[in-house]
Amino acid sequence: MTTHPESGGTPAAVPSFFEASSPPGQTGIKAWLLTHDHKRLALMYLWAVFFWLVLALLLGLALRVELMFIGETIMPAEIYNTVFTLHGVIMIFLFVIPAIPAIFGNFFLPIQIGADDVFFPRLNLFSWYLYMIGGAFAIVSLFTGDGFADTGWTFYVPFSVTTETNVSLTVTAAFILGMSSLLTGLNFVTTVHRMRVKNMGWMQVPLFTWSLYATAWVQILATPVVSITLVLVVLERFLNIGLFDPDRGGDPLLYQHLFWMYSHPAVYIMILPGMGVISEIIPVFSRKAIFGYKGIVVSSLAIAIAGSLVWAHHMYTSGMSDVSVFVFSLLTFIVAIPSAIKVFSWVSTMYKGSILMTPPLLLALIFIYLFSVGGLTGLVLGAAGTDIHVHDTQFVVAHFHFTMFGGTGFAFFAALHFWWPKMFGVMYHFGRAYLGASLAAIGFIFHYVPMFILGMQGMPRRYYDYLPQFETGNFLAGFGGFLLVFGIMLMFVNLWMSLIDRWRQPAEADPWGGTTLEWAVPSPPPVHNFLQEPRVLDYPYDFSEVLARAAAKDKKD
Amino acid sequence: MERAVDKTGIKIGMWIFLYSEIILFGGLFVLYAVYFHNFPGDFAVAGEELNRLFGTLNTVVLLVSSFTVAASITAVQRRRTGQAVGLLLFSLGCGLVFLINKYFEWGAKFEHGLYPNSDRLFEADPGFAIFFGLYYTITGLHGLHVIIGMVLLTVSLVMVLRGRVDHQRYALLENSGLYWHLVDLIWIYVFPLFYLVL
Repeated sequence: MTTHPESGGTPAAVPSFFEASSPPGQTGIKAWLLTHDHKRLALMYLWAVFFWLVLALLLGLALRVELMFIGETIMPAEIYNTVFTLHGVIMIFLFVIPAIPAIFGNFFLPIQIGADDVFFPRLNLFSWYLYMIGGAFAIVSLFTGDGFADTGWTFYVPFSVTTETNVSLTVTAAFILGMSSLLTGLNFVTTVHRMRVKNMGWMQVPLFTWSLYATAWVQILATPVVSITLVLVVLERFLNIGLFDPDRGGDPLLYQHLFWMYSHPAVYIMILPGMGVISEIIPVFSRKAIFGYKGIVVSSLAIAIAGSLVWAHHMYTSGMSDVSVFVFSLLTFIVAIPSAIKVFSWVSTMYKGSILMTPPLLLALIFIYLFSVGGLTGLVLGAAGTDIHVHDTQFVVAHFHFTMFGGTGFAFFAALHFWWPKMFGVMYHFGRAYLGASLAAIGFIFHYVPMFILGMQGMPRRYYDYLPQFETGNFLAGFGGFLLVFGIMLMFVNLWMSLIDRWRQPAEADPWGGTTLEWAVPSPPPVHNFLQEPRVLDYPYDFSEVLARAAAKDKKD
Repeated sequence: MERAVDKTGIKIGMWIFLYSEIILFGGLFVLYAVYFHNFPGDFAVAGEELNRLFGTLNTVVLLVSSFTVAASITAVQRRRTGQAVGLLLFSLGCGLVFLINKYFEWGAKFEHGLYPNSDRLFEADPGFAIFFGLYYTITGLHGLHVIIGMVLLTVSLVMVLRGRVDHQRYALLENSGLYWHLVDLIWIYVFPLFYLVL
């Protein structure tokens, strides 16, 4: 293990952000609820996101348990519809979209560019409150009216306009959450432009920050479109205008266009920060400059741009013109190129690197594998011919879980394990982390691969019951689900145990030998992050000093 | 660490936010374009129902208020607090006049049985009903933005009176002004689409 020269090896000399509040003078719960400190806000997001993630995981598990056997197993059909909607809404709007930007982005983006906070600290606090209010609305809509929406997280018309359940409140929750994510994006863009240390050029910005910057633009560009779409759903429900009702001259396809105009770019909002995390982890544990830094930067931007142009590939079977199907299919294939550039860059970085195996690296490797499977099956869906065969089947469910859960989810776990020592100043138990990660990965494959097969055999998604030939696959998937949830819980318990005094192991400022600026500050960092002017490397992934220090240490031993 | 106020950064943030507002209305304008393309005849008939006098009056009111808001920023920069307060009060009055006008305009439509879910719209041609659906959605959302803009201007006014906005720190007033211009700008598109081109 190595220490960063700037950390000076005296972390205890300055109070960490846990001990000193910002703005100063506040104590107790107020010091957290009124804080402007980006690091405290990041931790507040962390606990909220944990709550939602665990809730949605258990809901998802309940769904698969229901499907393990033919007929009613643990819940009736109406409840099943609400549960899959709730699972989707929570996972998308409260976990996958906000998790990495709101937690790790808030915590590390300012540090990585040498700033003392985000540009609009109070707006940052406001975003957190919007997030909490949105979540509260989702919960309230469960228990009021005729229960939670049963439309699926896409709120497709005409069903969302005619169903008796509490769609209006659920949609309002999604609207507020969208607002929160937009304001976070706005904050990040301004921060990156105005608060980078003076001697850090664009090509010296760490890749995680780059990916958040690209993500922030997608959030800003796309979120208002879904906001207005959701407003229209509410207006349709209350005023019955008929904009999407074919009986009254409206066009339901327009709803789908407006909805996916945002929600497809949103899947890149979900995956880009995850890719940024992996781009940080792989070079650190390979002790080697990342292969094609500029390629990764450009591919982040290319994904952001091309990803915004492919929304209608969700609608091949909805009755669009053949020309649109062709164009959107072609554009969809183009998005695969920048994604592949990233995967090849990560693999090439490891080639001939001196690899140090750690839990974050293992999780990053699992990410690369699962995300690749998700990406390649995406091509099956992006090609119009094969899509028509598997459209709206379990194949689609397996595909997007491979990208969003195997991708963003595992990147989230990797980020947790990578930055945990920095955020809390403690090191966790490696053995349990390896075990949890491996179980989760094995369970994941057991869980979703059967769904690919079920989908190709023709089992539709969202169905409550199925024909006898699908029973084996569904049983296996449910079995894998238990393993998956168990593995994830093991990881979380392990991280939580590291915070308890009895097992507490203090972490060094730079436990992994990282080169970006967050490793140059004490763990956990002080309120204003930097004790002295940060020293910016000419190239953010230059490991020569780290390697020289390690060699010197070896000689001494 | 104290850092100097970065006026450019604050403006970047506000401009990005304004952009998102424009896209919000952009979705509605797309709907307008599509349905105008589908039902040009019905739209022309429905457009006859709107009163151009109301529309023009409101356009003038908003344009004048946009000018007075801009003038109030200059007044603050020149340390003429009294003048700035007067101009802001006048702008707020314009906003109020706009809303009162809108109230009477909507009221007249309601009297003619033109409101969402009314029998008249239910029996009318599809394009006719959709026109009024869009009319109420877009002007309603715009009206909401007028109210938000008035709140922002009121906050700025209070801050000017308290001396929290002065010739050195006027970012709040400037951003509220930008928001007010946005409200004006969107109306500049709404006005011809509903009142003039049909």
